[in-house]
Amino acid sequence: MLEIEGLEVGYRTPGGGTYRAVRGIDLQVRAGEVVALVGESGSGKSTTAHAALHLLPRGGRVTAGTLRLDGRDLSALTGSDWQGVRGRHVGLVPQDPTVSLNPVVRVGDQVAEVLVIHGLARRAAARRRAVELLAQAGIDDPEARARQYPHQLSGGLRQRALIAIAIAAGPRLIVADEPTSALDVTVQRRILDHLGSLVRETGTAVLLITHDLGVAADRADRVVVLEQGVVVEEGPAARILTDPQHPYTRKLIAAAPSLASSRLTVSHHAATDGATSGDEGSTTGLGAEPPARAARETVPVLELDDVRKEFALPRGAGARRLVAVDGVSLAVGRGQTYALVGESGSGKSTTARLALRLEKPTAGRVLFQGTDITGARGGELRRLRRGFQVVYQSPYASLDPRFTVEDIVTEPLRAFGVGSASERSDRARALVEDVALPGDVLRRGARELSGGQRQRVAIARALALNPDLVVLDEPVSALDVSVQAQILDLLVRLQAEHGLTYLFISHDLAVVRQVADQVGVMSRGRLVESGPAECILLDPQEAYTRELVAAIPGRRALEKLETA
Amino acid sequence: MARYILRRVGQGVFVLWATFTIAFFVLYLLPSDPAALIAAGGGGEVDQIDPALLEELRAQHGLDRPVIVQYGDALWQAVRGDFGASYLSGAPATSLVAQALPETLKLTGVALALAVAGGALLAVASVFPRARALRQALSALPPLGVALPTFFVGLLLLQWLSFRVPVFPAIGNEGAISLVLPAVTLAVPAGAQLAQVLSRSLRGTLGEPYVETAWAKGAGRGRVFLAHALRNAAIPAFTVLGIMVGGLLGGAVVTETVFSRVGLGRLTVQSVNQQDVPVVLAIVVFSALVFVVVTLVVDLVYPLLDPRIESSGITESRRSTAVAA
Repeated sequence: MLEIEGLEVGYRTPGGGTYRAVRGIDLQVRAGEVVALVGESGSGKSTTAHAALHLLPRGGRVTAGTLRLDGRDLSALTGSDWQGVRGRHVGLVPQDPTVSLNPVVRVGDQVAEVLVIHGLARRAAARRRAVELLAQAGIDDPEARARQYPHQLSGGLRQRALIAIAIAAGPRLIVADEPTSALDVTVQRRILDHLGSLVRETGTAVLLITHDLGVAADRADRVVVLEQGVVVEEGPAARILTDPQHPYTRKLIAAAPSLASSRLTVSHHAATDGATSGDEGSTTGLGAEPPARAARETVPVLELDDVRKEFALPRGAGARRLVAVDGVSLAVGRGQTYALVGESGSGKSTTARLALRLEKPTAGRVLFQGTDITGARGGELRRLRRGFQVVYQSPYASLDPRFTVEDIVTEPLRAFGVGSASERSDRARALVEDVALPGDVLRRGARELSGGQRQRVAIARALALNPDLVVLDEPVSALDVSVQAQILDLLVRLQAEHGLTYLFISHDLAVVRQVADQVGVMSRGRLVESGPAECILLDPQEAYTRELVAAIPGRRALEKLETA
Repeated sequence: MARYILRRVGQGVFVLWATFTIAFFVLYLLPSDPAALIAAGGGGEVDQIDPALLEELRAQHGLDRPVIVQYGDALWQAVRGDFGASYLSGAPATSLVAQALPETLKLTGVALALAVAGGALLAVASVFPRARALRQALSALPPLGVALPTFFVGLLLLQWLSFRVPVFPAIGNEGAISLVLPAVTLAVPAGAQLAQVLSRSLRGTLGEPYVETAWAKGAGRGRVFLAHALRNAAIPAFTVLGIMVGGLLGGAVVTETVFSRVGLGRLTVQSVNQQDVPVVLAIVVFSALVFVVVTLVVDLVYPLLDPRIESSGITESRRSTAVAA
């Protein structure tokens, strides 16, 4: 089907040079085959996918290599020749469904457009066909959906609409560029299942781009691993998983949270360092929780007692109030990690904001170290804030780009007037060292740092005031898997050294498995199940939790291997 | 929907009242003596008027009453559409405004059409061509147009197309041809402003993932630009359009002066110069009314352009029919 030989792609850099994003890739996708292209950001996987559609961003250019589709050489095609290929012979399922549909055009018309463009149907017929295609993509009540605008559909439905667009003209090849990374795991699973059965029925070939080896192993016949624009390894999915040859593949597998199976532990020297402040954190494998622990810590660091949060909805929106958090109770003991898991809209982030008292609960109580802080305000609340700090999801958005790293890390100290300028500067150096960044980053701006480095800076800032509780709101979801693993390691080590208590918010059960002592599962504002991590993950009681656990990518592949 | 409009009209009424009140007291604080202005009737020496006559005029026009009573009276009259008589000509202020209005409406109407057409064309032209140099050259025009003062553009046009090559008349209100130069003068900054916003927004939307989806469908350049990028880019530009309509009224003051045209702008300049308080007050309130109406219209049209925005109270069915229309 698709044959790529010696593909090289370069991007013009502002300095006038060329950055070689793809350096000589060979790749074949046979008819009816699903090939996964796996790698981290910067590996050239997305660039390769876009080169296959001749859709490189401005400044990008194919500098060498040939591209054949069904034996036809595409390298010589002009821009307008490509219009006949895109959509007709190669379909694209883009990355983020929430922004990939035109917001001002009805969903059905966007599907029909493909048929109109390629002259496969006239307007009215194309509209009727669009409804069928939406149904084929697994959308219920497709007639009504076709008349709606994208913002009226959930992310999962929008991705299905995009799949309908991709398959509309019956292409022989579909390029799926991280098709579900922006979606909740259960939605991700259903959509990938559906896409899989669609292509099996029609014999369409799929080039699946993903950063997640778990997804790749679940869905692909063959896996191709890319590192810095070069193919380092390729082979059948099962073989790559069980017998990786290249060190980079091994690193990816080791880092992939979905493929790891147990809680992270701290190496010994780190544990002894932290022994004075909190040995609880220096845990332990599965099920090895010391029984004395619960008894010793009588007062939880954070306690939510039947908290409820309602938001008023704008008038005319039907129901007047939205209940975001509905009677949640939880307690986080000192030195522990309580993970709050749920899909988008489950209320987990609102719960975190309630814990940080950034929101005031509509009902219920928030207790911090045994003190009721539900009604705290003004100066009192500000003083309390020294004790609980937060690390946000996106290190790109949560650091002021005009600040140097030193400014960022010392800002909490300045805000509370802690220490003299030189003491603060010393503290900044210690903090940066603590999060394993080189000392010279202090003078640099956040913009010059990588995502992982930025998140380390955000963690250093959270630690500046020696807080008791750190709320981690999806702290690794914006990062590459190998960076993810490093940050999780760092968090576990810091917890052990400083006796930190974590409230860990995540949608990713695979990540939670690696760090949590206690797990609470949220759905529609309610805590549906909670308890020790190993109980929840290995023996979930609630149907919803079971569904979440089953949706962890990589699981299917692992089970397949076990039964084989 | 009806409730939404009612609320917005209520807000509009408040804006008009506030405008009237502020304008009334600012004008009242002017150091001049209205009675003297009335007596002088637009000409003559204010100093030489008989004090007895002034007293009589004050009593006649109620100017000897406490300011708050004058304000209440003026407000009540204004609500009934009467802003009093001009100090200069004695004609009702509202009828002076009404007389001047048609010429100004013609001018601003034509200017608005030119600005929208020219601005949109320039915005698309500065993004669409493949040739980079052409795009850059065209992108430089809008900032230039915004930077040029209205009177300067007017004088340049007069110099070239009226005095040096007499194509268009330099002054006056005679026929459609006399409208060309002033309308172009007025349209240049407005159109440039629109082009600037639209081309920036167009460049933004062209980088949006849904535009990539359109390319991936196999859509051609024209379809991607017009059906996908431009439709979305037009939404922020539409907001600018609303502000622009108000700005055109202000621009008319300068343009009508430069081209010696009769109209609201000229009337404004005249009335301000002569401190003809009733007329100034009528013009100020009228301008506020234009702003209020335009803003309301923009807000009502917005949901038709962008289905994500709901004017509160508009129901689902109402909205779908509106978009289809």
